[in-house]
Amino acid sequence: MELFFQLVITGIVIGSIYALLALGFTLIYKATDVVNFAQGELLLVGAYICLHTTVTYNVPFIAAFFLTLVFTFLMGFCIEKIFLRRMIGEPIISIIMLTIGLSSVLRAIVTIIWGTDTLTFPEVFSQAPIVVFGLSISQVYIYSIFAVAIFLGLFTIFFKKSKVGVAMRAVASDQQAALSMGIDVKRIFALSWAIAAVVSAVGGIFLANINGVNTSLSHFGLKVFPVVILGGLDSIIGAIVGGLIIGILENLAGGYIDPLIGGGAKELFPFVIMIVVLMIKPYGLFGTVEVEKV
Amino acid sequence: MLNVNNIEVVYNDVILVLKGLSLHVEEGQVVALLGSNGAGKSTTLKAVSGLLRPDDGEITDGDITFMGERIDRKDAADIVKSGIFQVMEGRRVFKDLTVEENLIAGAYTQKSSTIKTNIDRVYHYFPRLQERRNQVAGYMSGGEQQMLAIGRALMASPRMVLMDEPSLGLSPLLVKEIFSIIKMMNEEEKTTILLVEQNANMALSASHYGYIMENGRIVLDGPSSELKENDDVKEFYLGVTGQKSFREVKHYRRRKRWLS
Repeated sequence: MELFFQLVITGIVIGSIYALLALGFTLIYKATDVVNFAQGELLLVGAYICLHTTVTYNVPFIAAFFLTLVFTFLMGFCIEKIFLRRMIGEPIISIIMLTIGLSSVLRAIVTIIWGTDTLTFPEVFSQAPIVVFGLSISQVYIYSIFAVAIFLGLFTIFFKKSKVGVAMRAVASDQQAALSMGIDVKRIFALSWAIAAVVSAVGGIFLANINGVNTSLSHFGLKVFPVVILGGLDSIIGAIVGGLIIGILENLAGGYIDPLIGGGAKELFPFVIMIVVLMIKPYGLFGTVEVEKV
Repeated sequence: MLNVNNIEVVYNDVILVLKGLSLHVEEGQVVALLGSNGAGKSTTLKAVSGLLRPDDGEITDGDITFMGERIDRKDAADIVKSGIFQVMEGRRVFKDLTVEENLIAGAYTQKSSTIKTNIDRVYHYFPRLQERRNQVAGYMSGGEQQMLAIGRALMASPRMVLMDEPSLGLSPLLVKEIFSIIKMMNEEEKTTILLVEQNANMALSASHYGYIMENGRIVLDGPSSELKENDDVKEFYLGVTGQKSFREVKHYRRRKRWLS
């Protein structure tokens, strides 16, 4: 039973990071109709930037964390302005190709600057585990769960209450109508990319603290697909719930099935779930099928 | 207040929809723009509000001025800021947002501090929206959605509202209600209104001045009370033909005299 709980807790931590990534993905998809294949690379860049500022410039972790957020915000903003703005109205396949290209370029840049070796953060969180109900949990897990929860909470409030957040959802709902009330749709597009880059960076920073950083971290970007398919492509709540479910199931599969078949189940399992969901519930758990007045 | 001067609008680089259209709206008036399907009424409104671009339309000639300032090259967002707000055809409420969120979206160009008072003002005019403030807008009835669409316009405190077929698909009772709201907006809020309608009778009763469009041009204009008495308008738009005995009518339709 202890193994079970350990797996679940790891699953929640990893799952909450998936949730962040999926939130970014959903945001871009909802607002701009772009399927972003470069989500994992946004995470990668965030992780490296934070690592670099802490290690090379000896900036305290908290400061580096917020500096990274500012940097990735600007980066997301620029990516949209430079690359995707021109693609508005182009066929969806061209846009997908562009994001795939973007992912390769970002990964290459990261490799050029930082190489392929795994780098690790200096000890930011104490190694001593905290014991809760007889389970020992490492501190970085606790911190990342809290940080992710805070971020998800902030964004939920942002989308519900703030003028800009509501405007972003309005753009997602009906672009031309949003335009007719003076909502600057182009700025909203750029903003969605900026926020997506920021949330991915937060995920990346915590992942880096858990496992260290190397370019394979960007594979997390692919896991975002099972998550959003399960949660519903255009649902923010879906991204969060889907992230947690996939994270937990993946770790349980890793703990219980891997020893039986000699590994691989952990990587495979999310995609099996994705295929099953696509077959029986193609809009996912929370995806809108289209609100129709009866 | 609004001057549309000889504009031409082309869709997809080839389809000429407006062929030198001019019209003028005085401050404080309700002006009706009538015409049959495909005459270019909606295009005219979109040309004014800057919403042609998403439809791949473009103003290729002429100019539009609002309060003495040229707006035909401006972005839709800037036009809203200068005080023109379009209530689009088919209501176009944000279906998966709640009523209140729809209103907040309408106030995008306003300062955050004024949103609260504006919401209260909209609820004062439309108590029914207040009852449903937390309901998802897509599930409301057509009439309520139209009220929401108009309420959203009020949120931006515009000087001029462009209304595209507000009565579309509503029951006669609701049409009456919507027109009384339009009157109220004009009289109490001092909003100038340019109204596009299929329902010519209601539109001419509610407006001060009217324009009649055909094939991308204005073919007739005048004070609404005079238009209502015009024989051609009666025949083709109001469907009033008087006590006509069909035995004596020749078997061709009355010719539109303005086409000659």
